[in-house]
Amino acid sequence: MAIKRRDFLKLGGLTLVGTAASAAVENLLIKGEAKAEGYTSAPESLKGKRWAFVIDVKKCKENQSTCGFKCIEACNAYHNIPNIPDPKKEIKWIWKDNFEHAFPEESTNKYLVEKLEGIPFILLCNHCENPPCVRVCPTRATFKREDGIVMMDYHRCIGCRFCMAACPYGARSFNWYDPRKYLSKVNPLYPTRTKGVVEKCTLCYERLADGKVPACVEACPAKAIIFGDLNDPNSEVNKVLEERMAIRRKEELGTGPSVFYLID
Amino acid sequence: MIEKALRGSKKYWLWLAFLASIIFIGFLCYLKQWKVGLGITGMSRDVSWGFYIANFTFLVGVAAGAVMIVLPYYWHNYKEYGKITVLGEFLAVAAVLMCMLFIFVDLGQPMRALNVLRYPTPHSVFFFDACVLSGYLLLNILCGWTVLHSEYKGTKYPSWLKPFIYLAILWAPSIHIVTAFIYQGLPGRHFWLTAVMAPRFLASAFCAGPAFIIIAALLLKRVANFDPGKKAIEALSKTVAYAFIINVLLFFFELFTSFYSGIPSHKAPIKYLFVGLHGHAEWVPFMWAAAILAAVAIILLVIPATRKNEATLVLGCIAVFLACWIDKGIGLIVGGYTPTPFETITVYRPTLPEIGIALGVWALGFFVLSVLYKITIEVKKSKELVVKYNGILFKK
Repeated sequence: MAIKRRDFLKLGGLTLVGTAASAAVENLLIKGEAKAEGYTSAPESLKGKRWAFVIDVKKCKENQSTCGFKCIEACNAYHNIPNIPDPKKEIKWIWKDNFEHAFPEESTNKYLVEKLEGIPFILLCNHCENPPCVRVCPTRATFKREDGIVMMDYHRCIGCRFCMAACPYGARSFNWYDPRKYLSKVNPLYPTRTKGVVEKCTLCYERLADGKVPACVEACPAKAIIFGDLNDPNSEVNKVLEERMAIRRKEELGTGPSVFYLID
Repeated sequence: MIEKALRGSKKYWLWLAFLASIIFIGFLCYLKQWKVGLGITGMSRDVSWGFYIANFTFLVGVAAGAVMIVLPYYWHNYKEYGKITVLGEFLAVAAVLMCMLFIFVDLGQPMRALNVLRYPTPHSVFFFDACVLSGYLLLNILCGWTVLHSEYKGTKYPSWLKPFIYLAILWAPSIHIVTAFIYQGLPGRHFWLTAVMAPRFLASAFCAGPAFIIIAALLLKRVANFDPGKKAIEALSKTVAYAFIINVLLFFFELFTSFYSGIPSHKAPIKYLFVGLHGHAEWVPFMWAAAILAAVAIILLVIPATRKNEATLVLGCIAVFLACWIDKGIGLIVGGYTPTPFETITVYRPTLPEIGIALGVWALGFFVLSVLYKITIEVKKSKELVVKYNGILFKK
């Protein structure tokens, strides 16, 4: 007699469970990912323990009509940021906005708003010390490097956008479409992404490895973006932060942003 | 027992065909989304979750709501729930399946979904959510099917099932607490950053789930001669009433905190949802519809006469279900993202393909539910001696 339905279902179920179990056992035996053995960075790469940006807002104010926002242009060109016409679906890693949008909590202070009116504030991922986006990512596709950079792994990202919900700064963008359709010029030195993954500023880790400063820092004609290692007492960022007054976005949330804005 | 679903009346097959057609339309819309990307939805850089996650959040609650029947029956021997426990467990199965599907259609890279299991990340609430939802699905399939199968064989369920049933009862609130934790731990979203999120989720789960079961049971009474029992419906309707009142109360507590404290970031999302903000009032009619439905529901469920009358009870339960769906679904999502971290407003409206895909998932859930309920009714009917004489049901 042909196999009974009940027995067939039992066999099917057992096969499924067996496959899953053997996969699980195999994964457990191989115990997660292999740590990269003997990883050393190239001698020319920039090394740091806590990379940070200090943006001199006064310089942005003074140069905004002539600088052409080369910082944004350079980042977009170098990292193959697609130019998507619909602002709802746009992708931006670094952009400008006014004080009220950059610091909405401080903007109930009308005197401060008046004083900082008409000044462009350069916004980007803050590479927080305590990043909520890293906390929530279910696959560790976004993770924090030892030098403080909050990184993105575009191959592992499943596009759940939990990190976008978690980021208090609106620093992250999602590829709602295939970005390659919106690229006029492609920089072969940096990969293009696929649709369905989240992306953001990754602090030009690939340029740091080559001993170069981030693209935005290099491009600014007024040198308004200061870059350095906060852990190094002799770094430019430490010196300027000791001399001048700086604020960070949404301090009260405890994220510990690494982007400072000089407001004096 | 599956053969019970393969033989049915014309109504049954027409119903399944209707659902299949909606599933097909949803599938076609999903093919477009697969090809073009999530850009075909109304979601944006500022509102990066929308209708899919809204439905997911609501349905986790419906799945957890089954515990309101299972707990009294198994832990406190409330025999009156005997006929509807399996209905609750199978509702949980269909609802969790819909939840998983809504997550799947929301993913940008769905083929990588298993990365969540390949790279387990205990500090991510999503990882836990994936685990507890899968576990709950398996538990309910196991418990519901085994209990029904024992009835089919004319015997009591085996004793080895009891620890699994107990585990399912403990597991039910946990799936919804974990879902609430997705929202209430995010520092930048002030509408969600409240300890009351988890209790609100539980309260709305414990009214929406049982409300659906009441509607389903009474519908089955009419179309399939299945009698859930008057006492069961009465007790369950009281559960719905109390749970819904607690849900509404918790919402009023949120209103108090936001408006008595006067903190702008707390007030802004509620203002946007209920009266509009900065010239934007897209969701105001929906939120007030939910409020009116809530008022109607409370009136119908609190007054004993309307709660005991089957017609008004069903109306009350529909009102509960819809009110919770709006408030805990799209109201919750939009409120979290509006205003944005820049205190601007980006409007979210689901697009037609997005609604099509969502309807397809709902239809698939209803399909699974219908098949499981058909099996349940047939098994229970075969154990009963029923005679319909002059329109009156005589039962042994």
